[in-house]
Amino acid sequence: MTGPPDLDAHVVAARGSFEIDMHLRADPGQVVALLGPNGAGKSTVLRCLAGLTPLTAGHVRLGDTRLEESARDIRVEAAARRVGMVFQEGMLFPHLSARDNIAFGPRHLGMSRTGSRRRADEWLDRTGLVEYADRRPHQLSGGQRQRVAITRALATDPLLLLLDEPLSSLDASAAVSVRTFLRRHLAVVPAATVLVTHQAIDALVLADHVVVVEDGRAVQSGTPAAVAREPRSDHVASLMGLNLLRGEADDHGIRLVDGALLIAATSERGQVFASFAPNTVSLHGAQPHTSARNVWQLEVDGIAPHGDALRVHLAGAVPLLADITPGALAALGLAEGDPVWASVKATEIAVYPA
Amino acid sequence: MPRRPGGARRDGAGPALGRVPAGLLIPAALGVAVLVVPLVGLVVETPWSSLWSRLQDSAVVSALRLSLITATLAMTVCLLVGVPLAWVLARVQFRGRRLLRALVTVPLVLPPVVGGIALLVTYNRTGPLGGPVYDVVGFQLPFSTAAVVLAQTFVALPFLVLSVEGALRSTGGPFDEVAATLGASRWSTFRRVTLPLAGPGIASGAVLAWARALGEFGATITFAGNRPDVTRTMPLEIYTTYNTDREGALILSLLLLVASVAVLAGMRERWMGGAIR
Repeated sequence: MTGPPDLDAHVVAARGSFEIDMHLRADPGQVVALLGPNGAGKSTVLRCLAGLTPLTAGHVRLGDTRLEESARDIRVEAAARRVGMVFQEGMLFPHLSARDNIAFGPRHLGMSRTGSRRRADEWLDRTGLVEYADRRPHQLSGGQRQRVAITRALATDPLLLLLDEPLSSLDASAAVSVRTFLRRHLAVVPAATVLVTHQAIDALVLADHVVVVEDGRAVQSGTPAAVAREPRSDHVASLMGLNLLRGEADDHGIRLVDGALLIAATSERGQVFASFAPNTVSLHGAQPHTSARNVWQLEVDGIAPHGDALRVHLAGAVPLLADITPGALAALGLAEGDPVWASVKATEIAVYPA
Repeated sequence: MPRRPGGARRDGAGPALGRVPAGLLIPAALGVAVLVVPLVGLVVETPWSSLWSRLQDSAVVSALRLSLITATLAMTVCLLVGVPLAWVLARVQFRGRRLLRALVTVPLVLPPVVGGIALLVTYNRTGPLGGPVYDVVGFQLPFSTAAVVLAQTFVALPFLVLSVEGALRSTGGPFDEVAATLGASRWSTFRRVTLPLAGPGIASGAVLAWARALGEFGATITFAGNRPDVTRTMPLEIYTTYNTDREGALILSLLLLVASVAVLAGMRERWMGGAIR
């Protein structure tokens, strides 16, 4: 048996006032994030890949299979594409239990009623949702519904997995737990995966490759870390501007990969991510007398304008992004290579299991 | 049916907006009077003492049975062709869809007696459709029980189609796409997703169609005639009785009124949920 195919697409489609024109590639097992503001056309790209919206030009190929090719008038309809899709609102069938929602896909792949139910039970077990098997969607919380919806898409063994803003309809704490759930299960998905999101954290945590989308065009792409480090435009900088650190938590303390210690207000244990926005980082010329629990001496690695502020790249024990005003920069008199003290309040740091 | 969040609060009710103006309240009360007063009159005038013996009259029993059977058959035919028709109108984009919907609506505004004439000229044994059939099998539709069912279907079908189309539009368009991404064909999606989701709408459409068929008079008497035991349904029995026996007609009318109210109550309980309050 050969492995799942790679995705090769050139999506051209109309979307209201502008045209989408994007090249997109994803290897089997790779997670590509389309990151951009609402209304950038990301979801339309996914709908084109799924076959729900026709291309006006371009192509969609999975390995050697041509799913759509406008020039040759080839178009495989959505139901025959073997594409799994997770929708923004989950979109579980309201009249079916969680088990029957998950069994729906296998059933239409030709499995028997009992066979598809068994398959659903295996997946419920694999994703830790067994206790919800008999519940209807309205008896589940938003986070539980979305986990069932993700499992439903996975249970069809899709050749291409598409996730359309899977976390945006959830409240903050449910988004954190579903993000962790996605991270765990996407890691073992053999198919090429395309994730649409408007949040940098999703791209940073879930994706191997990020494509920043603006008005239907790809404006920058690369690994999430690379795009975050070297945003090519102010727009990308604000989209990807987020400090994300990984470490081992023990109560409030997080021992980071490079050995530094981070103190957070929340208590966790085990491998975690810690994230905070660049504008929560304060810079000081000398060791500050501050109530902030996290203070490090770092070095200025670069300074770039970012909107009305300046984004300072810091290197050292903890690589950080800090947004400060031009006035603050002038007062500190910073230049590349200068030492500087950085501080972050423990309450500004969001922590969740990796 | 799921209620819109906050729906109860968005309809502009509540004392915050001030007193209800008399210019609206008085016409509203008149409207209620127009609708309710005749029904009260019917109940008051009914000769209750002879009610039971009248109901055991064999002509009444026969008419009632014929009405229930034909109305149920008509409702079944409406479901079998009306639900697919509503689906086509709700889910398929094609040229002339608006025209088709207008055509479907015509029997709704057409006087039933005109519908009856149209059916009669089409299906009688010299008509464009009835003629060839009569020549081959020797069967003519008019003045048969089947004609009653066809007349009732003709007037009731638009009710079902419009109500089911509304239900299909408000439920499940996006779920069709979900089903497609899970590999389901359109037929399978219709059976396993669309039908169950539109179930309440289909049920209330069916009840509306049944009630309309039960009360059908004009098209039936024109197309099917007024033959005892064969085509004389309850409305025709009431009409026939009234010419000779006013009291008997009152009792039969009350019977149909009770049946209609029972249907409405059942609909409200089971399917309308919060829609009627």
